[in-house]
Parts: sequence; structure tokens; C-alpha cells
Amino acid sequence: MDVTAMHIANGIVNGQVSAVFAVVAAIALAFCVLRSRADLDDRLAPMAGLVAAFIFAVQMLNFQVLPGVSGHLLGGALAVVLVGPWVGALCVATVLIVQCLLFADGGLTALGLNITNMALLGAAAGYLLVAVLLRVLPKTARGVAVATFVASVVSVVVASQGFVLQYWMGGTTELSLGTIAAAMAGVHTLIGIGEGLIAATTVATVVRVRPDLVYALRRFRTATAQPIGVPA
Amino acid sequence: MNRRLGWFLAGGLLVAMLLAGVVSSFASSSPDGLDDTARAGCTFGPDDEITGGTCMLQQEREHQLGDSPLADYGIRGIGNEHLSTGLSGILGVMLTFAIGGGLFWLVRRRPAEGTGDREREGAGPA
Repeated sequence: MDVTAMHIANGIVNGQVSAVFAVVAAIALAFCVLRSRADLDDRLAPMAGLVAAFIFAVQMLNFQVLPGVSGHLLGGALAVVLVGPWVGALCVATVLIVQCLLFADGGLTALGLNITNMALLGAAAGYLLVAVLLRVLPKTARGVAVATFVASVVSVVVASQGFVLQYWMGGTTELSLGTIAAAMAGVHTLIGIGEGLIAATTVATVVRVRPDLVYALRRFRTATAQPIGVPA
Repeated sequence: MNRRLGWFLAGGLLVAMLLAGVVSSFASSSPDGLDDTARAGCTFGPDDEITGGTCMLQQEREHQLGDSPLADYGIRGIGNEHLSTGLSGILGVMLTFAIGGGLFWLVRRRPAEGTGDREREGAGPA
């Protein structure tokens, strides 16, 4: 069959739990919009549109991680590095909403679940790691690329465990939670490595071309001031 | 928004459209990590139908918008799979940029009211 579902479909998690996460996602996104205004200026707003469009494109590119199993980029860490945590989460959420409403990918009932895992958890985990790593690593193309790689791997695994939590709360089948958690963590570590390579390459390219457009270089605090954009 | 940013955005969008429009035809069609986990525990027949066991996939319900014209990354009515996937991808990139960029543009922090806005006309992302 052709490529169909890439995100949580309807029916996998029951209606009540899906509704709870729809509310959680809506409140969190509203909070992100409020906080994002401080970051969104005439330069960042179109850049954020491009980041969302780029994530949409790369999410279509499933790569093989095991025989018969593929994965695709989620984009949380990439978005956070390029446009910051609040706008980054909104970028991923925009992609998920477009995919759900126009491309029938990811159930409408499950939209809150998918936004919580990939946009909120993914961006939060990615942001925390990048913020910490960039206090140690140099603010060069290589330093930001390494931070993006590590943050991508972790954020994808965290997002996958978000699903495990939701399944534990409202899964509609009787399956061992431990088995699901292990299977999700294992395969998503591999997917995270693939995502990390794509995201790090993308970020390193932008740092070399337009370092001034990389949020992590402009706004994240670091211990030592390093020259920006000097290839290490 | 200056011209250099405009060139960067145009270049980025071109790359995204190439990825979604052309490279997407070479993407793996295997189930992704989540899908594979959802299939674990079931056995499948030659047409990918469930033949036994217990797995999450059995509980999957149809998408409410499953017959939208772009459903499953294709354009309804276009028979050629590569063309259908590629065009839907390009359309998706443009729509995501227009919707996302448009909303971000609307909520952006503006310079002091009444000043400078005219100078920036045409700077909208759409």
C-alpha cells in the first residue's frame, strides 16, 4: 500500500483521553501564541512560515530504519533551534493541523494527542537540551549542529513516550505497556538518529548562509561569547 | 523584510518543494515506527489484511476527512502515483507556508503603531 498514516489514527486511544489531550493542546498552543509575540518580528514571522513548510516537506520523506520499518522527521528540535521554543512548537502544530485537515493524516479525534507528543513534548525536550548544550558547545556551525543532533534524538524518543503515556491512559487494546514502551523507544531512537542527521545538516547550512536567522545563535544564552558562523 | 531575506525564503521554499515534490517519490513505503508498533501482535495476509492476533491497528477508525481531495498525500483524479504524490506535496508546502506564515505574520510584534508599516508593504509572506 501507499504511504498513509504517519501519526496516531482515530480509535487507538479512547475518546475521553483524546478529548483531554485536545484541551491540553489547545491551552498550551494558546500559551505559545502569547509567548511567541515577543519573538515574532518582521524577520522571524516569514522564517517561521518557511520552517513549517520545510518540516511538512521533510515529514513526507520516510527513511528505512529497520527491515520493513521506516520513520520520518518530527521536527521539534529543528524548529526550536531555528525559531525558538514558542514559535517552534507552533510551527510543528501548524504542520500537524494541515496534515490532519487537508491530507487525512493523523486522526481528527487524535489531533490533540499528536500535537501534544510532537509539537509540545518534542519542542520542549528539544529546547531544554539545546539550551543546556549551547552553554557548553561553541556557537559555531559545528557546535549548533551537534546540539541539534543530540536534541533531535532525545526529543523524538520523548515524543514516542508521550504516546505510551496516552495509550496507558486510554488504550483500546489489551497489550503489554512495557512491550509497547520498549518497542516505541527502540525504533524511535533509530528514527531520532535519522532525524538528527537531517536536522543538524539543515541547521549547519542555515548557520553558514544566514547565521543571523538562527534563533539559537541570537537568543540563547551561553557561557562564553564565540564568534558566530566561523566554521569549526 | 529586506531583499536578502526574500531570497533566502525563496531558496528555502524551492528546496522544500523539491523535497516534497520529487524526493518524496523515493521515500520508504514501509510502516513507520508508530505504525509498526501498532501492527505488532497481529498477523497479516497477502493484501495486508489482519488475519489474526491482537494489535492496536484493529481498533483504528477511519479518518473523518478520509475522502478529502488531498487525502493520503495524493490528488484525487491523478492516476500516476509519483505525479499525484509530488503535486500534493508541493501544494502542501505552499499551503503550510501560506497558512503558517500568514498566522505568524498576523500575531507578530509590530513596530510602534502608525509608523513604518507602509515602508514594509509587500513584506507579507503570502
